[in-house]
Amino acid sequence: MNEAQNRIVFEDVSKFYGDVLGVNRVNLSVPPGITSLVGPNGSGKTTLMNLMTGLVQPTRGRISILGIAPDDPERLFRVVGYCTQFDSFPRGMTGYQFIYSYLRLFGYAHAQSSELAMRAIERVSLTDAAGRKIAGYSKGMRQRIKLAQAICHNPSVLVLDEPLNGLDPLIRAETIALFRALAAEGLHLIISSHVLHEVDVISDQVILLSNGYVVAEGEIKGVRDEIEDHPMQVLIRCDKPGELASQIFHNDYVVEARIHKDRQGVLVKTRDADRFYLLLNKIAQNGIEIESVAPADDDVLSVYEYLIGTEESTK
Amino acid sequence: MNERPWGLWWTQVRAVMRLELKKTLFSRRGIWVYFLAFVPVIIFAAHSIYMMKLGRAGDIGEDTHTFAEIFQLFYLRLAIFFGCVGIFMNLFRGEVLDKSLHYYFLAPVRRTVLLAGKFLSGLLAASVIFGTSMVLQFVALYWYFDSSTRQEYLFHGHGLAHLAAYLGVTLLACLGYGAVFLAAGVMFRNPLLPTAAVLVWEAINAILPAALQHISVIFYLKSLCPVTIPGDISLDKGNPLGFIAMNPAPASAVTAIVGLLALSIVAVAFSSRQLRHMEIDYGSD
Repeated sequence: MNEAQNRIVFEDVSKFYGDVLGVNRVNLSVPPGITSLVGPNGSGKTTLMNLMTGLVQPTRGRISILGIAPDDPERLFRVVGYCTQFDSFPRGMTGYQFIYSYLRLFGYAHAQSSELAMRAIERVSLTDAAGRKIAGYSKGMRQRIKLAQAICHNPSVLVLDEPLNGLDPLIRAETIALFRALAAEGLHLIISSHVLHEVDVISDQVILLSNGYVVAEGEIKGVRDEIEDHPMQVLIRCDKPGELASQIFHNDYVVEARIHKDRQGVLVKTRDADRFYLLLNKIAQNGIEIESVAPADDDVLSVYEYLIGTEESTK
Repeated sequence: MNERPWGLWWTQVRAVMRLELKKTLFSRRGIWVYFLAFVPVIIFAAHSIYMMKLGRAGDIGEDTHTFAEIFQLFYLRLAIFFGCVGIFMNLFRGEVLDKSLHYYFLAPVRRTVLLAGKFLSGLLAASVIFGTSMVLQFVALYWYFDSSTRQEYLFHGHGLAHLAAYLGVTLLACLGYGAVFLAAGVMFRNPLLPTAAVLVWEAINAILPAALQHISVIFYLKSLCPVTIPGDISLDKGNPLGFIAMNPAPASAVTAIVGLLALSIVAVAFSSRQLRHMEIDYGSD
């Protein structure tokens, strides 16, 4: 198998809805594992997922999912499962009927469809509710039955648009464990989410989107390294945070210094880490007791804040 | 490897039909289609009961013409027409309104196969509803005649031939209007505009140039009807809407059937082409 057949590849892909930009000039090559798409509403996450699955077609460029074009649904959806953000279902169906009838569309016989449906329902912990109408499901149950629909045919690529929305903490933990297990089986998982701390915990790599552009991609640490022009954020734990902040703020390579929420440290943004650490050494010798110095931006949230510059959009 | 998997496609068509037939035949949304279809049955049955109560003898010739008028002017042009609007336009448009079309698009099913499954289910549902009504109308209309008159009309007159012809026209009407409104449902979000446009086009068919008359469903259906509508409702007798019933140059039966099939194939092929390029856009996502 060549590399392209084991990757999700976007080559110079753009999508416009009339005059409105969906995504522009996207170039990606996504390996197996859990990849998170992060960005505010309207940044192009769902468009990217819909492009991957052929629900929308690119205005320009080429997309390949494990070597299959998205305009070939007959082959594509044997290997791809997509849990969309749409909270709607065919009318009048039970959870079991929903999955079962979807599997019949694959051409599976009754017995196989039934077995696969029950297995998928069990995997998302909905066995007890399988015989109930979806219309009576809670938000979390609807989310899980959509997830069951996406995994029921044992795909190699799972595309999940905000899959943790509406799940209570226990089910959320179970679902994340399921994602990890699937990734460990060698699947591609493409996940979009606003729950950034969870994305940070579960992701192998991250793709950051803003206004239809991919602003960074790669491992979270790698993404941080790409941003040379952006200030690095450091959390300094010390006994006199106010005094520390006042001593470092006047230096031109310090962009920002603010007292941490717990008032036991200072968050500093600096453009020149080396000079800043030298300064810190001097300060430490002048009566401020520094307990720890740690990079504070090695998570998606801070990287995202750097890149997008909108804290609200990540909340 | 280039062999076409006809077996799989047929299995998938049947899977789509299972889902769609349930939706079309048993949903509350479709009750008005049943109402449209069975109103003539109720009218004919009421007429028969009335005649039996009065003890009057009927005139089969007169009733045959009455039936022809109701069939052409109401059943074809309104009941089947709007029934097919309700059934076929909703095959895709209804899914877009329910925001559930993407489930079909996320299955490993060619969109042409999906279209075939949906169209066949619509055709089957429409044929069952309107075909059943058509047969019941026939029974209800001639119910009040004594059995010897009925036997004579059915087996020694034109009765059975007329019944077969009307049934055939009904099924062809479902096919023709079904194909047209399938295409309209794939193309348009709002059903009013295409429905009104087709309704007007069909109504003025008889006064259009000959070449344009052929781009119409009603032209072929009128040509296949076994009984011509009486002249006293036509335009030259002073009826302002008489042009609707006119059929100045009817096609032969073979031409009519081939023409209608060709028109339907063109409409379905157009729908298939549109569907292959359709994107999921529910408007408010």
